[in-house]
Amino acid sequence: MTTLLGLLKLFWTFFKISLFTFGGGYSMIPLINQEMIANGYLTEQQVFQFIGIAESTPGPFAVNIATFAGFENYGFLGALFSTAGVVMPSFLIILFIAAISDKFIKHPIVQKVLDVLKPAIIGFILAAALNVSIKSIIGDLQNFSFSWQALVIFFSISILSYIFKEKFSPIILILTSGVMGLILYLL
Amino acid sequence: MKEKLKIYLDLFWTFLKIGLFTFGGGYVMLGIIEKEVTEKRQWITKDDMLNLLAIAESTPGPFAINAATFIGYKRAKTFGSFLATLGAVLPSFIIIVLISLFLNQFESNKYIQGFLRGIQAGVGVLIFKAAYRLSKPIEKNYFNIAIFFIALIVAFLTNFSLIYLMLILMAFGIALYYLGKAVDL
Repeated sequence: MTTLLGLLKLFWTFFKISLFTFGGGYSMIPLINQEMIANGYLTEQQVFQFIGIAESTPGPFAVNIATFAGFENYGFLGALFSTAGVVMPSFLIILFIAAISDKFIKHPIVQKVLDVLKPAIIGFILAAALNVSIKSIIGDLQNFSFSWQALVIFFSISILSYIFKEKFSPIILILTSGVMGLILYLL
Repeated sequence: MKEKLKIYLDLFWTFLKIGLFTFGGGYVMLGIIEKEVTEKRQWITKDDMLNLLAIAESTPGPFAINAATFIGYKRAKTFGSFLATLGAVLPSFIIIVLISLFLNQFESNKYIQGFLRGIQAGVGVLIFKAAYRLSKPIEKNYFNIAIFFIALIVAFLTNFSLIYLMLILMAFGIALYYLGKAVDL
């Protein structure tokens, strides 16, 4: 019984997250992070590490982390419920829009709301970038621990992606930082 | 009957492939989906694709799911939607379940720890880049910059619920619309 309630809560949490994932991907990291910690599904550390894993595996980030959080807390059934939760809102909404009309999007009110939301999304993404980078380099405010390794990796990846522009796929950059971590942290 | 089955299988298989080969996020997927669905298979027109993009931008959920549902519906109604979405989700579901198993087992392994800490340090760069790329098409006026900073400060420095912040911004957008209409009168 308690498991069933837990599964439903998991479903509901990801349903909610998905309902507010516009555009997608990184912009929702702060939101996902908030929800995971508030519900005790994952720690902040786990969320940030998982970003790297999600980058190097296929599929949308929101779906990946839903499957992961579900599995971590309730095993395979948990993964099923959380993934269903994350997929459901967009499935239902798009089904509705595709079926009823695609004129919805051209409505001026919809357009205005979008105009207001877009710059905010960029703010969210930047907050995620700052959060992840600062945490990995100098740790928490409460738990200060400078890591020169992380600093070296951060700058190496910045320089690599600046020089090679889009020639390096995210997967290669992620694998490079992983290998650098493997070497630098074990020195 | 046989023809219908073929359409269903084809939809499922195409989105399974798309789901398997799109790493990272939304916009990487866009190029692949576009090529597969408008050029190779001609399931929807380029114009439909643009409509889909606009809708995906303004509706919740990951782009891949939105695209699968939309294209599935255009091709084979509700059941087509269901199969395409299932196909798009299945590869990442299976892979993440496997990784979760693997992670539990090796969490204390120092090599994997080093690898993951390295990834954590590098991934920030990718997110900075995404923020920069996505900000390009947005007009840099005072209004947009103000909203950008409010969102950044709230998300970075406070624990205020971002869902509430987005609801407030939506209400603000609606208010602006009616204000604009009143001024025009």
